[in-house]
Amino acid sequence: MAVPSAAIQPRPSIFSRILSRWSESRNALGFGFMLPAAALLLVFLTYPLGLGVWLGFTDARIGRPGIFIGVENYEYLWSDAVFWLSVFNTLLYTISASILKFALGLWLALILNQNLPFKSFFRAIVLLPWVVPTVLSAIAFWWIYDSQFSILSWALMEMGLIDHRINFLGDPENARASVIAANVWRGIPFVAITLLAGLQTIPQSLYEAATLDGASRWQLFRYVTLPLLTPIIAITMTFSVLFTFTDFQLIYVLTRGGPVNATHLMATLSFQRGISGGQLGEGAAIAVAMIPFLLAAILFSYFGLQRRKWQQGGGD
Amino acid sequence: MASVAIGEVYKSFGAVEILHGVSVNIEDGEFVTLVGPSGCGKSTLLRMIAGLEKISRGQIAIGERVVNNVAPKERDVAMVFQNYALYPHMTVAENMAFSLMLKGVSKPESDAGVRRAAEILGLVPLLARYPRQLSGGQRQRVAMGRAIVRDPAVFLFDEPLSNLDAKLRVQMRAEIKELHQRLKTTTVYVTHDQIEAMTMADKIVVMHDGIVEQIGPPLELYDRPNNLFVASFIGSPAMNLLRGEIATDGSPSFRGAGGISVPLVSALSIRNGEPVVLGIRPEHLRLSDEQGIPVTVAVVEPTGSEVQLIGRTAGGEEIVANFRERHSFTPGETIRLTAEPSLIHLFHAETGQRFQTRTDQ
Repeated sequence: MAVPSAAIQPRPSIFSRILSRWSESRNALGFGFMLPAAALLLVFLTYPLGLGVWLGFTDARIGRPGIFIGVENYEYLWSDAVFWLSVFNTLLYTISASILKFALGLWLALILNQNLPFKSFFRAIVLLPWVVPTVLSAIAFWWIYDSQFSILSWALMEMGLIDHRINFLGDPENARASVIAANVWRGIPFVAITLLAGLQTIPQSLYEAATLDGASRWQLFRYVTLPLLTPIIAITMTFSVLFTFTDFQLIYVLTRGGPVNATHLMATLSFQRGISGGQLGEGAAIAVAMIPFLLAAILFSYFGLQRRKWQQGGGD
Repeated sequence: MASVAIGEVYKSFGAVEILHGVSVNIEDGEFVTLVGPSGCGKSTLLRMIAGLEKISRGQIAIGERVVNNVAPKERDVAMVFQNYALYPHMTVAENMAFSLMLKGVSKPESDAGVRRAAEILGLVPLLARYPRQLSGGQRQRVAMGRAIVRDPAVFLFDEPLSNLDAKLRVQMRAEIKELHQRLKTTTVYVTHDQIEAMTMADKIVVMHDGIVEQIGPPLELYDRPNNLFVASFIGSPAMNLLRGEIATDGSPSFRGAGGISVPLVSALSIRNGEPVVLGIRPEHLRLSDEQGIPVTVAVVEPTGSEVQLIGRTAGGEEIVANFRERHSFTPGETIRLTAEPSLIHLFHAETGQRFQTRTDQ
């Protein structure tokens, strides 16, 4: 019966045939569902990134589109001492702040993982530096580091440990240490809370088994906690390194890159040259120069730390 | 190898007392199961032997040594956990060698030890794998291997089979028993499964609400349960329990709800009218023509090897009977069931304690 009734049906239009074929194909359907998200990524991530890369190859200024000049910007930066100083500063800032954040964050996470009284209260308190907008905490640090009214200087003088005020942000060495300290203070909660979450996924029975196997407290940490935490550490520190490497707000509020460019990071230098100085092309080139460093950090984390054989299930 | 002596042990978590004075003596080389419903304190007791929980009061001795204040690693015990607790980042061989490595045993010696244990358990082809690449039964075996490698004085098992499927559980049950027969290491085994306890143990400790209800060999617990709890806990399907009283006018008998009358052994010293609970195991019930308890058939479950019948007495109490013979029943029909008087158990209606009959002695 189905054959004659099908025969009298009108031929469907080409459009509706394509549509029905698409709706039957899982791949096409999946592609369709991805489109909105892909569009967002294209407009807000790929386009600005592409534009940035393109601007790096032009002599664009604010108010002037600029023309393609090849790698001239990069050639200029190659011989620019301030640019290289900012690269050095960024690496110093990222490496020392990340090491400190990791060490202190892990330590804090281990403490918070103990059965302390008011445990949840402390866990909430720890998050505060992370919750406060960076600019606000940077302004607070600005006061803490003030050359006249610094509470740190005052407290140390009251205790009789120093006899004159510390020039926190005026001296190059002090300024570097100060911005690193502020960044560490801000970044610890992220590391601590993420590692704490990781610690809580380690089953208690593993510690009990290791205790019965004869492990001391240090050996429990060395052979159970640390290896099982490594994947989380890798993710956390990758993010932490990326955030630190691209830091801008803290420096901009505290020192604006001074004194004598001692705290200029690549991000702040890029902003200064590109927006404040109007040299869009050069600023973009500095920003693009950060990409290889970031890629290296991600690749190191992915291949060096995240891919653990014991995590891959199944398979003979 | 060592004996374990648990003397009047109490355990409290804060204000809540979990164990109320537990005493168990475990002989050297014995296989003892601690069995009871969840929350009875059996795992806590095991963890106290291991040293993972502090002893609130009383004492535990392993061999000659009181271990109350001895650190877990000094107690020379090995434990197999319910979730196996294998180190996921170590291979099977590394898992098994971990305790030897911590002890500072040389590599060749430790390799030999791991090899020996792996051969006993058939783990040799799996030594290079990670726990994630193993099936449940294999993980279980690795956990046992880790315990064997240490050659401890006492093995502790904390519900080791409850994460396995039914078939594997039966197989591993036999393997653990065989292992014990081979190594003859004192073993304390915690389970909530009374069949596991019955089939594996030399001695069963039945626990309930933090006290020991009865200690004895499996068949003694089955044949002469000390009280109603043990009677209903040991045996599957559970013992039928009927409420009623003793009548000693004429030959001694039990009178239950709905006019049930069950003849008892004559060697009984219970006074007339005493309220009791009568216990009959399902497999001890027989079909009879005229006498016996009238039961209305509700559900019939043939399993092939036996027929299980669930019915109701005139008093509304449920009765389960198991027959080896392939009787056929129709739901709704009334049949009569009897039992050999010597196989009938009587318990005090209030205290739940067993009435001793002279055949008990």
